[in-house]
Amino acid sequence: MRDSIKESLLPIAAIAAALLLFGIVVWFAGVNPAQVWLLLFKGAFGDWYSWQNTLQRAAPLMLTALCVALPARAGLVIIGGEGALVLGGLACAALAQELPLPQNIVGTWAVCLAGAAAGALWIMLAGWLRQFRGINETISSLLLAYVAIGLFKHLVEGPLRDPSSLNKPSTFALGQGLQIAGIGGSDVHWGFVLGVIACGVSALWLRWTPSGFSVRVVGGNLRTAQLMGLPASRLVLLACGMGGASAGLAGAVEVAAVHTSANASLIAGYGYSGILVSFIARHHPLAVIPVAIVFGGFGAAGSLLQRRLGLPDASVLLLQGIAFVMILASESLRDFEWKALWVRIAPRAGVAASAGALERNASKEVSA
Amino acid sequence: MTADQALIFAAGIVGGALRVGAPFLFVSLGECLTEKSGRINLGLEGVLVLSAMSAFGASWLSGSAWIGVLAAAATGALLATLHGVLCSLPRVNDVATGIALMLLGMGLAFYLGKPLIQPQAPQLPAIALGTWSNSSAVRSALQVNALVPIGVALAAAMWWAFANTRAGLLVRMAGDSANATRALGYSVSGIRIAATAAGGMIAGLGGASLTLFYPGSWNEGISSGQGLIAVALVIFARWSPLRCVGAALMFGGAGAIGPALQSIGVGWGYHLFNIVPYVLTLFILVLTCKPGSVVAGSPGELSSTK
Repeated sequence: MRDSIKESLLPIAAIAAALLLFGIVVWFAGVNPAQVWLLLFKGAFGDWYSWQNTLQRAAPLMLTALCVALPARAGLVIIGGEGALVLGGLACAALAQELPLPQNIVGTWAVCLAGAAAGALWIMLAGWLRQFRGINETISSLLLAYVAIGLFKHLVEGPLRDPSSLNKPSTFALGQGLQIAGIGGSDVHWGFVLGVIACGVSALWLRWTPSGFSVRVVGGNLRTAQLMGLPASRLVLLACGMGGASAGLAGAVEVAAVHTSANASLIAGYGYSGILVSFIARHHPLAVIPVAIVFGGFGAAGSLLQRRLGLPDASVLLLQGIAFVMILASESLRDFEWKALWVRIAPRAGVAASAGALERNASKEVSA
Repeated sequence: MTADQALIFAAGIVGGALRVGAPFLFVSLGECLTEKSGRINLGLEGVLVLSAMSAFGASWLSGSAWIGVLAAAATGALLATLHGVLCSLPRVNDVATGIALMLLGMGLAFYLGKPLIQPQAPQLPAIALGTWSNSSAVRSALQVNALVPIGVALAAAMWWAFANTRAGLLVRMAGDSANATRALGYSVSGIRIAATAAGGMIAGLGGASLTLFYPGSWNEGISSGQGLIAVALVIFARWSPLRCVGAALMFGGAGAIGPALQSIGVGWGYHLFNIVPYVLTLFILVLTCKPGSVVAGSPGELSSTK
């Protein structure tokens, strides 16, 4: 417990530092930083309406973060979650369009699974290119994301287009029965629950199953894994497949619960924000949940910053960028010897204080 | 396709190779320098976008495109220096830092560049290569960015400097063996930060050619992964600045297929032709890389190829 508190202190300090820096940046634009911080909080967690918005955004973030976190545990840096997400959304809409699915929960599961399968295959391709062709997975996964977005646009504006969508090319809308409803009439849809379950299952898988443990061995020390005779390539593909399935599911859920058809609104950058969420959570599936909610909240507050203070809509993107730099820089403080620093500063800061401490120590020794 | 259309299409590809290839050229040269010193900077995508914005902004404010170019180089150097310094901290990984700077560069550029979406900024002069033709379509297709010759000269200069100068040797040494560098009394971090900053400056010129020549305006979709393709190009060019030129032109040509087809009236599959450069990059990586072995010519300290 103590360790996990210590573990989370550094990311919290990093996010606080990022908010501080962000405040300085907006201050240059003539906006009161305190007002920005207040609005960020209000827009994210201020009332039930903001909470709904926040949780709605947190759902895809959790799933795209898993697309970074699970491969990362196997030692891969995958940043192409956006590609798996758009293909997942596309597969979901295409299946609903091409097959006469039952208009009930079975159909919903079918379109979600189609999305997960599309995403899994896409990220496994990046994993396969690395294991069997020696290609850097970070570069290939992002290139694949651009390929996926191109394919998505081609199909949505061409073969799969609903002719009645004039200004905004879209596929045919999902039937009412296939759509994912809000929980208890709210805007928070069941995709949020799905995201939490996915994070929980991933954590259990990594912690308690032989294959999850093997994946961690492969990611922690490849030579050990080889000596143990673990099938490293298959495990890497498994981790990539599970991560890709999560991101694909995110796309399918976005289509089935929010947009109702696949269109350009799906390409909203959740895949990229997921990278940040996973890095802040240190690729730990359970930690992904709170971090995704915090960053979903910042996303939700973005429009409020735009409306109330006239800040550009890219403010949240900037905040994310600063947070990412801060979180990486904070890693260098992990092994920092705070006590050593204190010992060095203390005599200069106040001789009296340390002398007092010495006396107290001395008296303790005497009494002992 | 008539002969006229074929000529326009060919001119579109050749001109496009030089036009679309310019950002690839500069970013791959910048990345080449960075990677030679032993670090990979994926953040050059962010550098490209941010410097494109600052080039456009400075050109618009000052009224001179060349001041825009200087601003782009300075911004690129600044952002890359941040990468270099962050990576010198203990426990900080260069790949992750690159991803962070990619996001930070884009965030900063979109945040600061909001007022720049409407205006028109003074553009870089063009070098006309098509004066021999009497077809206006061919002539306009063969207008070449004035920065391209600078880039080609820079590639030649870098190739020469790596082989023949003390600074070039130091960069290569830091990239091949950190221990040897330390043994000779040089600071590995210092050399790498300097190389990363210079690489960012060169990549910044790529940003300038985006907003000050082609497409010649600032918007949030100005770069879609060109910076990252350029990083992959360096692997394909086997860390040689001269081969970077060839690779960049080839990719420019691939990227020009879509617009060139549109110019002769083929509208089908526009998005499909736009993904050609990405698919081509992946295909070339498949050909260049081999599992379990390091690409010939790669710097020994590079984490991405280990």
